[in-house]
Amino acid sequence: MITAIEKKMDTARKFERVCAILEDYNYDPGKLIPILQAVQEEYRYLPEPVLTFIATSLGLSPAKVYGVATFYAHFALKPKGKYVIKVCDGTACHVKDSMPIVKAIQKKLRITENENTTGDMLFTLETVSCLGACGLAPVVVINETVHSLMNPAKIDKVIDKIYKEEAGNEKVAC
Amino acid sequence: MNTFLELLGMDGKGHSPENPVPEFVASCTGGPLTELNPELEKKIADLNKSLRYEVHEEPVIFVGADTSGLATGAGKVLDALHAEIAAQGINAKVIKTGGYGYGAIEPTVDVKLPGKERIIYSEITPKDIPALLKTTITEKAIYEKKVYASHGEETPGVEKIWDKPYFKNQMRVVLKNCGIINPDSIDEYIAAGGFKGLDKALRLMTPEEVVAEVKEAGLRGRGGGGFPTGIKWELALKEKADQKYLVCNADEGDPGAFMDRSILEGDPFQLVEGMIIAAYAIGASFGYIYCRAEYPLAIRRLENTIKLCKQYGLLGENILGSGFNFSLKIKKGAGAFVCGEETALLASIEGKRGMPRPRPPYPSVSGLWGKPTCINNVETLANVATVISQGSEWFSSLGTKSSKGTKVFALSGKITNSGLVEVPMGVTLREVVFDIGGGIPDGKKFKAVQIGGPSGGCLPDQVLDTEVDYESLKSVGAMMGSGGFVVMDEDTCMVDVAKFFLTFIQNESCGKCVPCREGTKRMLEIIERISKSYKSTENKLDQLQRFKGIIHLKRLAEVIKDTSLCGLGQSAPNPVLSGLRYFKEEYDEHIFDRRCSAGVCKELLTFSINTDACSGCGLCARKCSVDAIIGDKKQPHHIIESKCIKCGMCVETCRFDAILVS
Repeated sequence: MITAIEKKMDTARKFERVCAILEDYNYDPGKLIPILQAVQEEYRYLPEPVLTFIATSLGLSPAKVYGVATFYAHFALKPKGKYVIKVCDGTACHVKDSMPIVKAIQKKLRITENENTTGDMLFTLETVSCLGACGLAPVVVINETVHSLMNPAKIDKVIDKIYKEEAGNEKVAC
Repeated sequence: MNTFLELLGMDGKGHSPENPVPEFVASCTGGPLTELNPELEKKIADLNKSLRYEVHEEPVIFVGADTSGLATGAGKVLDALHAEIAAQGINAKVIKTGGYGYGAIEPTVDVKLPGKERIIYSEITPKDIPALLKTTITEKAIYEKKVYASHGEETPGVEKIWDKPYFKNQMRVVLKNCGIINPDSIDEYIAAGGFKGLDKALRLMTPEEVVAEVKEAGLRGRGGGGFPTGIKWELALKEKADQKYLVCNADEGDPGAFMDRSILEGDPFQLVEGMIIAAYAIGASFGYIYCRAEYPLAIRRLENTIKLCKQYGLLGENILGSGFNFSLKIKKGAGAFVCGEETALLASIEGKRGMPRPRPPYPSVSGLWGKPTCINNVETLANVATVISQGSEWFSSLGTKSSKGTKVFALSGKITNSGLVEVPMGVTLREVVFDIGGGIPDGKKFKAVQIGGPSGGCLPDQVLDTEVDYESLKSVGAMMGSGGFVVMDEDTCMVDVAKFFLTFIQNESCGKCVPCREGTKRMLEIIERISKSYKSTENKLDQLQRFKGIIHLKRLAEVIKDTSLCGLGQSAPNPVLSGLRYFKEEYDEHIFDRRCSAGVCKELLTFSINTDACSGCGLCARKCSVDAIIGDKKQPHHIIESKCIKCGMCVETCRFDAILVS
């Protein structure tokens, strides 16, 4: 019995932040997209129970919320890695060979197009269409840092550097 | 240093958002209010001079810190600057500006000494900073190593920025402040002549007059379609409603276009001023800026702009005492290209899936939440302030018969000078590519220029003398679009480009109407089959499909064009159609010879080993995943064609460049 209550408490605590976000947006169904954006910032992705919770709170059907969440490319229904690598595949980057960069990253991180997050949850690889820095093509953005004029060899070094930093952090934590 | 608000809003009697003075903006540049008070007049004049950096005591350093500047290392340059200023004990001010829009010179650092001209230094790295500061500020000399140009005419040995080949043929109206002023300072914008258009519209013109002026000027939508802005406004103005909306479309999704981002990051006040004027003209009291979430810096700058405009009483209630109310909000996009389409954009603001709906009713009749809504693109709205302040006559004197003003293009791809280029309508594409863009790098041959993103077309050399004009671009099979301008050289395969755009469109198609959802998918399949090798289409049915598809490709494209619901679908076949029109030989070569002379379509390539260069190290043979490479140790190896899957791994691994690709 106690465990059931505890579980409930736990879920309530989990949704506490979602409630606060919903409160901020006045439970307005018209603000569904900003709400989902805020929730995603909190959780780094949109867990399914949260989507259902939002739907109920806003008086929308879960199908509708799910529809919106899957329509827009920015919403992730699966957890993303700590570093999100976005390789630009806009026209300018494409003609300047952005695809070999994608291939190089996939090979290095041992991921595929469908399984785009590494097992250790460190990296997620995405291709995006145009980041608006076409003059510096090809462009790769890792979290918010923009790396310009990339090539497979350069990106290899960038990823190695992140690995090194991470290893350093872990040691400090220990 | 004071601000205009402090000077003109003193002791509660002057201007404030609650107690607006209509002449506030006019007074900032020495108008009505200051004439009564010589002391104030002098203060205002001094403030203007210092905001324009004509008179200042300490050296000022400007760093171009927009997204492209930051991508080339402006952030590290800024850190180094601050550290070095402290270390050398220099007294100088550092200001972050937007970018000049010229990729090759970034990151830029401008140095302005008191009483001297502003000098631009290009491609600055943190290593340059100590020497740069020492030479320019301590020794008051020119840092010759990295000097690019000056903003004046009197510094000997330094070229003027407007004499530089990249800038010489440009005419900057929309981008006039980009890279020059501090985009976070409303005072600098006012000192640079900002809000004059707003002042004129609110004090001296009725909404009808504003609409007439824009109509007269011949301003047309810069987002793609080229619909006359004045007529759009007139339709919205004529609608009777308790609430109207103005929406700025800053969802710059066209791959290869980044002018809107530069305006948002370099001169956001100009956009907001244009929006206030537009809202006044159509009678809207509420506005949205729908901005891509991919532009975090632009969103931050816009938030700051809106905050400052509110403080200055230029947004909110009773703006400048005119009785006109307008408030502005930013909506962050969530990554859907189709949201650049106006009805899809409105659905997205309403919190729904961004799907277009049939028109009519047009948004100007029934738009956001069923209310009359006017939607304009960033560049269009950024033009408005100048149209009003300089007058329609001046604006319509630029350009061609049907297209007035200037247009910003985002030059990128295989071109020497990539960046933003603002040219008057009517210049030829050749001038843009070769005179301003500097032609193709590495001595390669020009092949095509892709204009207008996924809705535009690829234009070859023989039509490069076409003028930049909505109609003439359409007549050669492209469109103005938002102004993406991607140059391609002989190493670009046009079939691959068509495949690229179709993949993009097919991913971004919202799925509402059949022609776009299914049609683009079928077109992609056909194009993909073209670039397949004989081996991977062994199946007889596949081979039949390959030819059958090609026969139907053109007709399919026409059907998609005619029957799709929105602009995205209607223009989706353009890259393929223009490819078939101008690069038929290249398609034929893929279809009949199964050859890709640009060497892009991997499946059509043949790999062989140059036996003279091969040392027989065996590295490629070990790496080959299908064992298609054979040979004895220390003896030249060979590739078995029928086994090869053309993955290209051997090319990557060979240290002697012995693998030949043809």
